[in-house]
Amino acid sequence: MVTDKTLTGHVLENYELVTIQDLCRSCTVEVETIILLVDEGILDPVGSDVECWQFTVTSLRRVKTAIHLQRDLGVNLAGAALALELLDQIADLRSGVTS
Amino acid sequence: MEYKDYYKVLGVDRKATQDEIKRAYRKLARKYHPDVSKEVDAEQKFKDLGEANEVLKDPEKRAAYDQLGSNWNAQQGFQPPPDWGTGFEFHGAPPGGGDQHDFSDFFESLFGQARAPGASRGFHMQGEDHHAKVLIDLEDSFNGASRSITLQMPEVNPDGHVVTRNRTLKVRIPKGIRQSQQIRLAGQGATGMGGGKAGDLYLEIEFRPHRFYRVEGADVYLELPLAPWEAALGASVKVPTPSGAIDLKIPPNSQAGKKLRLKGRGIPAKTPGDLYVVLQIALPPADNDKARAIYERMKDELEFDARATMEVA
Repeated sequence: MVTDKTLTGHVLENYELVTIQDLCRSCTVEVETIILLVDEGILDPVGSDVECWQFTVTSLRRVKTAIHLQRDLGVNLAGAALALELLDQIADLRSGVTS
Repeated sequence: MEYKDYYKVLGVDRKATQDEIKRAYRKLARKYHPDVSKEVDAEQKFKDLGEANEVLKDPEKRAAYDQLGSNWNAQQGFQPPPDWGTGFEFHGAPPGGGDQHDFSDFFESLFGQARAPGASRGFHMQGEDHHAKVLIDLEDSFNGASRSITLQMPEVNPDGHVVTRNRTLKVRIPKGIRQSQQIRLAGQGATGMGGGKAGDLYLEIEFRPHRFYRVEGADVYLELPLAPWEAALGASVKVPTPSGAIDLKIPPNSQAGKKLRLKGRGIPAKTPGDLYVVLQIALPPADNDKARAIYERMKDELEFDARATMEVA
């Protein structure tokens, strides 16, 4: 299917927040999964009550990556957390290098 | 239909043990995982690995697949033999435990019938959000652009099979977009089930590595080579910037590593980023008599100790 129309999206600023409900829906995960990811230090919530937790929009991708790594590579949550941290470090290093 | 050599995909021998297959899959899966890998065709490779593993990790499917070996003729393309499926029983939960996988036609023709139709239960659910990366050039962020992107989207068709649909979308890349920023396209994700709303598509921006610019947030860095006399005496030199070449004044006695800040010449925004020009000194090679003579004269006539701060003189 090819659409000729040029689509204009909404640009998200990385400090924008989404609710825990949005995050669960977007990544098709249960609240319990998000709590585990927070406990593991993979996500950093804003707010105190779980029901009112908010997350930066970068969390959307983090949750998905953590889930994919667990599902596809058989790593546990701690392993996924480590991989995510190393991926962040690699991204930082790469940004300091020209081709 | 194309025959798929699952052993070749996993890089194992046809006589490999189940453990060897598992190890080969794990190793390659880590290498080509789309969330981790920087290989260009990681996504396709990872998909092929998953499919090969799906068949070879299961001794029943593997035995059935092995039987095909002798019935297959590369010139004619692949058709499952007429007696295919007799004598084997596939305990067919959908592969991957109900997750949406999309496998090749080859896989579907052999193992597809074993899948339970999954999707047509009567519930409403909003479609999943999808994420994808878009590679753009730094210049696109300065000028704005539109990019055609092709996405492979797995979709469940009415009889419960997962099919891949290619979708090409044209997306506006707004001026001022930065590395890792996301663009949300409402309703462009997976289709909903039972009349549920479609999910959204998130595009994450990634800058293609540039030959001489490097980006940090909204700031752009450029390493600028200078001739020794330009750095020493001062000069006005032509410098490329993402928004076009400019004339830059180099103050006299500039050392390598000195940073010149050009305010507001970074990525455009309400508060635009800055452009930092980092000075480098390029030495003319002493590969002819004339150049050597000049260096000799400098050596003899200049009182200069490059290691004065190291206290080793």
